[in-house]
Amino acid sequence: MTAASAQSDATPDSDVLVRVQGVVKHFPIRTGLLRRVVGRVHAVDGVSLEVKRGETLGIVGETGCGKSTLARCVARLYDLTGGTVVFDGKDISRLSRRGMRPLRKGIQMIFQDPIGSLNPRRRIGSIIGDPFAIHRISRGEQRKRQVQELMRLVGLNPEHYNRFPAEFSGGQRQRIGVARALALRPKLIIADEPVSALDVSIQAQILNLLTDLQGEFGLTYIFIAHDLSVVRHVSDRIAVMYLGKIVEVATVAELYARPRHPYTNALLSAVPVPDPDHADQRERIILVGDVPSPINPPSGCRFHPRCPKAQNLCTEVDPELEVKKDDGAEHLAACHFPVEVGEQLSRARAGIAQPDRETATDVSRETVQGAIRPQDRS
Amino acid sequence: MSTAIGGMDAHLAQANVAEPEGEAAAEIQGRSPWQLAWGRLRQDRVAVGSAIVIFLVVLLAILAPLVAHLVGHGPGEQFPFTALNTYGLPVGPSRAFLFGADDLGRDVLVRVVYGARISLIAGVVASGLAVLVGGIVGMVAGYFGTVVDTALSRFMDVILSFPLLLFAIALVSIVGPSLTVTIAVIAFFSWAVVGRIIRGQTLSLREKEFVEAARSLGASDMRIMFVDILPNLVAPLIVYATLLIPASIVFEATLSFLGLGVVPPTPTWGNMLSDAESYYKVAWWFIIFPGGALLITTLAFNLLGDSVRDALDPRYARLFKA
Repeated sequence: MTAASAQSDATPDSDVLVRVQGVVKHFPIRTGLLRRVVGRVHAVDGVSLEVKRGETLGIVGETGCGKSTLARCVARLYDLTGGTVVFDGKDISRLSRRGMRPLRKGIQMIFQDPIGSLNPRRRIGSIIGDPFAIHRISRGEQRKRQVQELMRLVGLNPEHYNRFPAEFSGGQRQRIGVARALALRPKLIIADEPVSALDVSIQAQILNLLTDLQGEFGLTYIFIAHDLSVVRHVSDRIAVMYLGKIVEVATVAELYARPRHPYTNALLSAVPVPDPDHADQRERIILVGDVPSPINPPSGCRFHPRCPKAQNLCTEVDPELEVKKDDGAEHLAACHFPVEVGEQLSRARAGIAQPDRETATDVSRETVQGAIRPQDRS
Repeated sequence: MSTAIGGMDAHLAQANVAEPEGEAAAEIQGRSPWQLAWGRLRQDRVAVGSAIVIFLVVLLAILAPLVAHLVGHGPGEQFPFTALNTYGLPVGPSRAFLFGADDLGRDVLVRVVYGARISLIAGVVASGLAVLVGGIVGMVAGYFGTVVDTALSRFMDVILSFPLLLFAIALVSIVGPSLTVTIAVIAFFSWAVVGRIIRGQTLSLREKEFVEAARSLGASDMRIMFVDILPNLVAPLIVYATLLIPASIVFEATLSFLGLGVVPPTPTWGNMLSDAESYYKVAWWFIIFPGGALLITTLAFNLLGDSVRDALDPRYARLFKA
């Protein structure tokens, strides 16, 4: 919380489009005939961040870390368990569906699945025209003209107005989704893994389209992905999530040059390097174990059971997201023992009892180097 | 905006190259899922045969007065001198009575044709009501979930666990038998089956991303249900409507057979079978013709229902070259 307030001092309110403060989203787990609540999934557990007008904020993290849930909380597709979301100077976190309706024009989403996000039984002219129909903006011939204008804008043939989603390729379908999100001229577009389901060759086309549209309409993006190279390509700033919390936020250059959180280091070291000679020299950090269950997250720092630098303090005190020594005001990390420049994390030894950690790290390091190299060369 | 779009031309050109359109501009209108299903249905010989049979039955029911006029016998007219022999037993099929006569000296052919009217009306109206009520209740239960779902689902369970014949007998003894009551009883016992299936389908549909997309656009619950979910439920609804019709026809015949349906002297296949019960040893035509009509009609509807289901199921499409 201190971090968020420190950040809000730094940036004037008018520059901030979205301010997320201490957002919590728990999903109850119910069983039995009486649907008794037996536990909670801590999908998002106290996230604070800001999105400035016109920027692209990338959110990365592995599957199940809560990045999609966070996006749906910001878009108010979910009710929040706690915390506030301020959009364009207005607190939207407690608005009802009816109260939210006029604000929907300002926030739109692009979804991951280009097949599932388009109704298979409706023609795409009708799908893209939905925003105009729902907000009673236009009808008949005028709506058709607007829809065809949008189709042209995203690179679709306007003559395909009467086709069904099944008649388009994956990339074209994602363009339909982009056109629909763009219809109401929103201020913020939340893209939830918009290219994960597409071929690599098509990914670039969609990313370029999104970048072009951002320049043209002054859009702000929250861009969610698990592919670090995609996020790096489109983002101005990146937030790294782990198990429902943000562990590090920084500008792209900062994050890639000086990652402070051990988890960020591990993530970055997992990105494949196209040059095999270079890949040999790079340090690879292999994390032990799996992501713990969000139903019963670890005490203190959530990353401590897998962290190569964990100490006793980490098991007890949850670290704040704050500016670390030598970092700029834009670079926040939630770690008691941030990684220093030049530090070799794979040599680090945790200060807490963790059975089979040492052997696991050594063995995996050797096998990975042995196994990956021939493949990289081929 | 037009100036701004100019800047994107390069990008658009690139996109168009990457995703070329091989189609001629004339063929813009895509084939809808319905058109594809219709194409598959027309290739299905069983479906076409069943449809022809159903068409003939409907035609005969509509033209029943014409049949009666041509034969010269009314549906309730008795011919004690020509239709009954000297022992008072009905005569068999002959030139005067093509399907024979019944115990009261009436023409079985004319009565079978008139009976088709009752059967079709009862079958279609009762199934229509059942699909309408079941569709709405199932969709509401599945879409809203939680308490609404629990209440409606339990209600459907209660209806499905009713002993339906006992209920029908009790109800008819209170309000008296008539076609309206028969249709109401059939619809009342059929809608819950449809409701359950539609509820299940809605449960899976509402988790689809296109529903989430509609919600993020600010669509109301009503709009999501009727614009986004309903079009995806039409296929199962059509299938269940075509499969409910024969079941309703048989149910109507059962009620009439038990004297709980349409009151004599109005001819229905059910009460004709009931009358024939005591005569079938001496007058086989009395039971064969109404029974046969019932069998052929329900069989045709059932086969058509199966074909419609196959045609609407996209997974089945691979077996055909559509």
